[in-house]
Amino acid sequence: MSKPELMQYVESLVERKEFPSFKAGDTITVSYKIKEGNKERIQQFQGVVLQRSGSGSTETFTVRKISGNTGVERIFPIASPFIDAIEVNKHGVVRRARIFYLRGLRGKKARIKEKRM
Amino acid sequence: MSGLIGKKIGMTSVYDASGKNIPCTVIEAGPCVVTQVKTKETDGYESIQIAFGEKKEKHTTNALKGHFKKAGTTPKKIVYEFTRFEADHQKQFGDIIGVDIFVEGEYIDVVGTTKGKGFQGVVKRHGFKGVGDATHGQHDRLRAPGSVGASSWPSRVFKGLRMAGRTGGNRRKMINLQIVKIVMEKNLLVVKGSVPGPKGSYLIIERWS
Repeated sequence: MSKPELMQYVESLVERKEFPSFKAGDTITVSYKIKEGNKERIQQFQGVVLQRSGSGSTETFTVRKISGNTGVERIFPIASPFIDAIEVNKHGVVRRARIFYLRGLRGKKARIKEKRM
Repeated sequence: MSGLIGKKIGMTSVYDASGKNIPCTVIEAGPCVVTQVKTKETDGYESIQIAFGEKKEKHTTNALKGHFKKAGTTPKKIVYEFTRFEADHQKQFGDIIGVDIFVEGEYIDVVGTTKGKGFQGVVKRHGFKGVGDATHGQHDRLRAPGSVGASSWPSRVFKGLRMAGRTGGNRRKMINLQIVKIVMEKNLLVVKGSVPGPKGSYLIIERWS
């Protein structure tokens, strides 16, 4: 077996949950498990996906939301065992795979057209 | 010491039981063939010689062809000798050694050749700080080494002074890498951390016990 095939084989052994497909421009809600001492609770993080980066078990995605008046971005590894669920709220119409231009936009300009499925 | 010859496949990450992300290197380790068993009587010391990696017959010298034929195997790229191979893994001539000599969770050392960087300056090669200021009269000496010695005494540059030059491509050993996972069916070791060299380079995996 070649090197990429062997890498794929190893990564296929890493347990991964099934999530709905989403891409940059979509609005999603990530349910993230948080450990506090012995207790575990679930926190929601809702925002626009800026990018999906990497491949295989090391893939990550970036979610941006506006909290108060400040932009907050979080990067989640997609194979992380702490991700409980991902819900796609809206499919957006964007022309590129990485929509970093959104960082410079505010208010009405930062809207993304919704794709009707 | 027991061990194997392996090949670096690449890096990935896995998650442990507490959900922590562990950066890992995947190594194809073996199966290696015992091509010679040296004993105190015949060679003056005890060791076993193992071989790994397919090689074309037309690229093999006749002497090595005979050596591999004697062991009943095809020509191999890398041949390496392990002294004091552990007694419970004492191998016979022509035996095949695989990743099953290791167990998950134990610690190994990995020897490899680091990536060659070419001719590099002192900042990258020796960690010099450089000038550290682009103003105050400096303009083209940001990464310069500075003075290499005094003038009237000693009137020369001392031997061994650290200067620019060929960097990388050295034999290096990473010690105490934990085996996170063993994939028996594909002869793969997943070890915590990084190992020297580019993907596809050959590695010596050692275990001291």
